[in-house]
Amino acid sequence: MNNNEIKEIVLNIIKKYTLKKEELENLPENPHIINDLKINSARIVEIIIDIEEKFNIEIENELLKKINYLNDIIDIIKSKVEKKNN
Amino acid sequence: MTNRVVVTGMGVLSPIGNNIKEFTENLKSGISGIKYIPELKDFGFRCQIGGLINYSFEYDEILRNFFLESASKFVKYTIITAHEAFKTANLQFEYDPDSEPDFDTGVIIGSSIGAIDYYINTIYQKVINKEIRKLRSTTTEYSMISAPSAILAGIIGAANYVGFNSSACATGLESIILGYNRIKNGEAKRMITGGVDIYSPYAWAGFEALRILPIDYNDKPTKASRPMSKSASGFVPAEGCGIIILENLEVAIKRNAPIFAEIIGAAINSGGQRNGGSITASNPQGLISCIQNALHSANINAQEIDYISGHLTSTSNDTKEIYCWAKALNRYNEDFPYINALKSLTGHCQSAAGTIETIAAIIQMNENFLHPSLNCEDLHPEIEHIVSHTKIPFFTKSNLYLQTIIKANLGFGDINAVLILKKFNL
Repeated sequence: MNNNEIKEIVLNIIKKYTLKKEELENLPENPHIINDLKINSARIVEIIIDIEEKFNIEIENELLKKINYLNDIIDIIKSKVEKKNN
Repeated sequence: MTNRVVVTGMGVLSPIGNNIKEFTENLKSGISGIKYIPELKDFGFRCQIGGLINYSFEYDEILRNFFLESASKFVKYTIITAHEAFKTANLQFEYDPDSEPDFDTGVIIGSSIGAIDYYINTIYQKVINKEIRKLRSTTTEYSMISAPSAILAGIIGAANYVGFNSSACATGLESIILGYNRIKNGEAKRMITGGVDIYSPYAWAGFEALRILPIDYNDKPTKASRPMSKSASGFVPAEGCGIIILENLEVAIKRNAPIFAEIIGAAINSGGQRNGGSITASNPQGLISCIQNALHSANINAQEIDYISGHLTSTSNDTKEIYCWAKALNRYNEDFPYINALKSLTGHCQSAAGTIETIAAIIQMNENFLHPSLNCEDLHPEIEHIVSHTKIPFFTKSNLYLQTIIKANLGFGDINAVLILKKFNL
C-alpha cells in the first residue's frame, strides 16, 4: 500500500470528525491535524481507534504524542502495516 | 419587573407519534400506544407491556449531521425532538462554529434514568471484557446525565444557563417551570426546556420490584392504562421526549414567532413526605398548596380554569389527586373543570411525561377539543362522587372553548409541580 492510498483512507476517516467539511478542499500538502483539518482534539482518539480497526494494527499511547501532521499518521500506519506483513 | 413568557416551539417523540402532527392526529382519534413487549417476557417481567417510540434511528439524517449516530438514546431522542421544536418555532437548528455565543438562550433538559442503555451496552461490555482501550473518546459526553443539555447547547451556541434537572415523574414539568422563572425574572430571553426517558428493562425492573405495574393486561395492552378507573391496577411504563421552547414575549413578537400559549403562573413544592406523603406517595396538603400557589402566582380565580391536565397515572393515587384538585379549586361535580389523562394513551413517559402532557394540553386548548381519557368507563366511585361524568371525555369532545388550563405532575420524593397556561392574547 503506497502513501497516497493510505492518505486517502485516513482522510476518509477524518472526514467523519471534521467540523467543517469544506476545509477538506484545498488542503496543504501535509496538513496539521487540529489546525488545518479543524478536528476537536478529543476526536483524535476516535480517529486512532478507527485507523486501528481499519488497518488491523495497534497504535501505542506513546506514539499518539508524536502525531501532529497528517504525514505523521501515515508514517506510523505504514511502518505498522509493514511490520505486520513481515 | 416581571416579563411575560410564551411558548413558541414544541417537539415530541412519543408512543403515539414522532412529531406534533402525528401526535395531534392520534390525540384526536384517541389511539393507545401501549403494546406487548416480548423482550420483557424473556426477562421474566410480570408486566410485559409498555409505550415505546416507533422511530427508525438508523441512517437518521439529523443524527448524522451532528455525528450522533452512536450516542446514547436519550441524547438521540433529545436532538431529534429539539430539531422539531426549533422548526415549529421558526428558529435555525444548525451548527455554526463561527457564530457568537448566545448569552440570552439557555437549556434545561431533565431525565430520570439517563444513559442507562449506554452504560450497559457500551461501557459495561468494554470494561468487563478488559477492553477499556477501545472505549471511544465520546464515552463521557454520551453518558453524563447532562449530555442532552450540553450537546444541544453546543449545536445552537446557547450560553445562558445550561443545566439539567431531575425530580422523577415531575421532571418534565419542572424543567418548563425552571425555564419560565428565568425568563420571567429577566435572567434569560429564551429557554429550551424538556424531559426525556428511554425504555430500558434495567430501569423498568425497579418499577416491577415496587409491584406498581399492571400484570393482567399482557394480552390486552391497550386496556392496561386506566387512570380514574376503579379497576386501575398500576401505571404502564413508557418512553418519550418532549421539548418546549419558551421565550420572552417581546422577543417573540419582535421576531414574529408563532405563539402557541402564554404561561401565566407556576409553582413547585414537596409534601415533605409527611401526613400521608412518603417517597412514593403524595401528601395531599402539599399538592393542594402547590395548586393554590400556582393560582396565586397567575393571579387568577379558580373559576377561570377550563381544563385540568392531570398527573393521573392509573394507580390508587388517582383518587387522592382528584380530591386535591377539587379541594384546591373548591369546585365539585358539574362545576369541576374538564379533566383527562394523557397516560391512558401513552402510558407513563416518566421524565418526559410533564413536557409531552403540556404539549398535549396546549394542542387541545388551541384546537378546542379534548382527547378521550381511555378505559375509565368504570369510574372509581370516589372520583364519581367528586366529578360529574360530563367533565370526563370518554370519547373525543370537540367544539369546546378552552381558554385557561392547569397542568400538574407529581414525582417520587413527594414532589409537586403545577403550571397554568392561557390562550395567547396581546
